[in-house]
Amino acid sequence: MQLNFDDERPIFIQIAEQIEDAILSGAFPEESQIPSTTEISVSYKINPATALKGISILVDSGIVYKKRGLGMFVAEGAVEKLRNKRKDEFYENYVSKLVREAKRLNFSKEDIISMVERGFEE
Amino acid sequence: MKCLSVDNVTKRFGDITALSGINLDFYENKIYGLLGRNGAGKSTLLNIITGRLFADEGSVTLDGTPVIENEKNLSRIFMMSENNYYPESMKVSEAFGWTKEFYPSFDMERAYDLSERFGLSPNKKIKSLSTGYSSIFKLITALSTNAPYILLDEPVLGLDANHRDLFYKVLIEVYSENPATFIISTHLIEEVSGIVEGVVVIDAGRIICNESRESLLSRYCCITGAVSAVDAFVQDKKVIASETLGGLKNAYIEGTVVKGSLPEGLNISGIDLQKLFILLTNKGGRKQ
Repeated sequence: MQLNFDDERPIFIQIAEQIEDAILSGAFPEESQIPSTTEISVSYKINPATALKGISILVDSGIVYKKRGLGMFVAEGAVEKLRNKRKDEFYENYVSKLVREAKRLNFSKEDIISMVERGFEE
Repeated sequence: MKCLSVDNVTKRFGDITALSGINLDFYENKIYGLLGRNGAGKSTLLNIITGRLFADEGSVTLDGTPVIENEKNLSRIFMMSENNYYPESMKVSEAFGWTKEFYPSFDMERAYDLSERFGLSPNKKIKSLSTGYSSIFKLITALSTNAPYILLDEPVLGLDANHRDLFYKVLIEVYSENPATFIISTHLIEEVSGIVEGVVVIDAGRIICNESRESLLSRYCCITGAVSAVDAFVQDKKVIASETLGGLKNAYIEGTVVKGSLPEGLNISGIDLQKLFILLTNKGGRKQ
């Protein structure tokens, strides 16, 4: 896991995304415990308030939940939830950009679809 | 609100005004970075806060009561500085005991535990310590006092990369366990940029920035692209600095830019704290 301090996104957002990535990759399975605020802040060398803010995003969106006295755990259904969220982001970040660039270069819809198919075959 | 307040502090040394009308509040249980170039007035300010120097004007108060000549308040503030105030023939272990006399909440167990983690032998005499270990000894003392306000002036001076890394981790551990206000004055901005919550930049004796790191960094960004495209985009924006590399240009601007509003071919990135510090304190050059 790596933080990028000159990213235009604040550190707490990056922390939340990295935990999401870890959940999606299966490194933190559903119903398993995620590292504590202190563990995260010590290992990334960031202020505990920043780490807490990152985790709070995940709590608010129902990805992780708190077990009193035990710590933070990955919620059941978190992977599915994240996949849907990432699908929307995927469209924003990749598909709309792809279509815009294709139109600029005068590629047809069929051209693009066949390129995507080629991508899947490779 | 519980805080350490510096009110309108001015300090002159002969003809030189080292600090000019400084107003600052350091709130309870937050970590601050006190940043400034050499000679900007950082150490003078810290020395005035701890009563080692007297201000010509203004005052320093803790929760509303003066710090100067107030033993109770002074015992709530610990300062680690470059100077060594311990008798040189004293052993490390004796110095820990001595500090406990002045700071009753000093955690002896933590001091010995940290000594072991940093490889500092408590039986060594202070005068025999190398520059790096002298810093480590002072750091361990500071981190063990449990004082509610801990001031660290150049804490990592002479420490190798491994010891600096360990120090930052230990600092966060101690802070998580026993929250306190930390004011860290350092030139290694990149290394503390994730740790500090508040950023105070002092330049030529004046405060030029005093806000949270997050809000400070969110107010600036860098636009990169072809010279003409960048120039066209930033013409109505506040450009604080720019640099070109052949036909490419980086423009550092104050103000936020919505990513979607960026014309094709231009890129936006954040500015890290060290870069921003350089840009803010480069303004108008530097005279001695």
